Amino acid sequence: MACIEARSLRKVFGNTVALDGVDLKVEEGRIVGLIGPNGAGKTTALNAIVGLTPYEGTLNVLGCDPWSQRDQLMREACFIADVAVLPRWIRVSQLLDYVAGVHPRFDRRKAENFLAKTTIKHSSKVRELSKGMVTQLHLALVMAMDAKLLILDEPTLGLDILYRKQFYDSLLNDYFDGGRTIVVATHEVEEVQHVLTDLMFIDRGHIVFSCSMEELEGCYFEVMVQPDTLDAALALKPIHQRRVFGRTILLFEGAEKQQLEDLGEVRTPGVADLFVAVMSRQPDRGQGAVQ
Amino acid sequence: MNTQSNATAPTLGTQSAAPADIPALQQFYSLIQRETWESRYLYIAPLAAAGLFLLGFVISMVYFPGRLRSALGSAELHDVINQPFDLVAVMIMAFTFFVAMFYCLDALYGERRDRSILFWKSLPVSDTATVISKASIPIVVVPLFAFALTVATQLVMLVLSSVVIQGSGLTAGMLWSQLSLFHAWHTLFVHLVTGHGLWYAPIYAYLLLVSAWARRAPFLWATLPLVAVGGAEKIAFNTQYLVTILEGRIVGGPSVDGAAAGMNMDAMTPFTLTQLVSSPGLWIGLLVATAFLAGAIRLRRQRGPI
Repeated sequence: MACIEARSLRKVFGNTVALDGVDLKVEEGRIVGLIGPNGAGKTTALNAIVGLTPYEGTLNVLGCDPWSQRDQLMREACFIADVAVLPRWIRVSQLLDYVAGVHPRFDRRKAENFLAKTTIKHSSKVRELSKGMVTQLHLALVMAMDAKLLILDEPTLGLDILYRKQFYDSLLNDYFDGGRTIVVATHEVEEVQHVLTDLMFIDRGHIVFSCSMEELEGCYFEVMVQPDTLDAALALKPIHQRRVFGRTILLFEGAEKQQLEDLGEVRTPGVADLFVAVMSRQPDRGQGAVQ
Repeated sequence: MNTQSNATAPTLGTQSAAPADIPALQQFYSLIQRETWESRYLYIAPLAAAGLFLLGFVISMVYFPGRLRSALGSAELHDVINQPFDLVAVMIMAFTFFVAMFYCLDALYGERRDRSILFWKSLPVSDTATVISKASIPIVVVPLFAFALTVATQLVMLVLSSVVIQGSGLTAGMLWSQLSLFHAWHTLFVHLVTGHGLWYAPIYAYLLLVSAWARRAPFLWATLPLVAVGGAEKIAFNTQYLVTILEGRIVGGPSVDGAAAGMNMDAMTPFTLTQLVSSPGLWIGLLVATAFLAGAIRLRRQRGPI
């Protein structure tokens, strides 16, 4: 059964079309990176998935309609909206008490064990914690919730590299067990790419690209070509080219790997490079418009 | 995948053993508790007021035996003894009424302003349960707390004054005979539960609705439109229905003929259950409160952080 299934999902805010007919399907056990430029509709899509915003079209998440069954859905789904949504006035111990008091699948001991590995004190108020510690605290809560689906919207924005790395390591080592599904929207593409099983690029309310990491490795190649073989390489119709230190790096889609190896060293492209290539193919979006 | 599902087998085992649901009452208790953690002024302000009053009362004890002696045998005796007890009850009532209104204005606005609504909504708690728990604070919890605090403060006052009187050579028994505390407590309890809880319910529900709706300055949104509408009504039709309705709601109370009962202590005669149930004002108020709360639930569902 698909964990998330959306058909022609549409959401309009005034004159702005945030989601313009999004179709997507996320199977159980996948870790999907939802990647897109600012204002692409990532947050709107994730908010619709966790029942925070009404929408047009059909959306099924873990068998629920998120908008009308949010409280039921949130028993089996978790959501980290941002780095700073934990109430600042609450104490860590109160937060644990509260979540244990309202969430049927929350294992308080698990959360405490996780917190024991950090420097967070139970008597601290959230306002006294650093941004990184707040994220650790939120992660501790989420990891103790035993959910089937975890939705993360820029969970590490503004954190330093150590906290970011630790966040994704914990997620992968302590949380992900193959049965859970994770959808993460982020700008920090390079840092999450080793974590992901699937990629989804979103731009101006459309899913413009979607593939699994295996497909990425089998279909997309990056070749650094010398000037003398450039013409031969361009004849194979790369989807994107960029110049680094006087040499040209070409990105190919669906080309024969053998053929490419004659032109230069073949590598699997980084998600960031692929993202730039896909975005620059979008109509009305010039090359380099997206960083 | 197979090896992984083996590794998670123990988790799955505990999962199926865990209760699938948290009883509604237990969840409700957690929600109420959460409110008292966030809005500590709900009890700190009345406690501080009661503390300050007690301090004043202790100071008054210096003159108390003298005043008592000069009032002995006269009709004033009853007043000298009862006045501080009545005063503290009225003061705690006023304090809790104000903190309850202040609480309502912030209850559904604050969580949107500090973005914590995104966290609260990520938990399996419905908007209905949330709004009902927030409405229960002014309608149920605060009146009960006001009652408990008044009784506790009056008990302390009783012990203090008894000791002082006994020490000054008078008998504390005369104090006790002049005070009919049990009767007063019964009256107070009924007044708080029916008046401050049920009769004021539409006021609190209105404030909660504004709190769920306003993008900024909920206090202004709650008050200025009423003033403007009242003014417009006066100039357009030379009537003041709105003012009358609001006045009846704030200073009135449930009574048989619907007349304003007033807020003073003498008017706090307990209503019989029949009188209460037959008061149309009470039922209309509760209906209006229900409609306001339904609106607040709807808004809470739709509105995100501001």
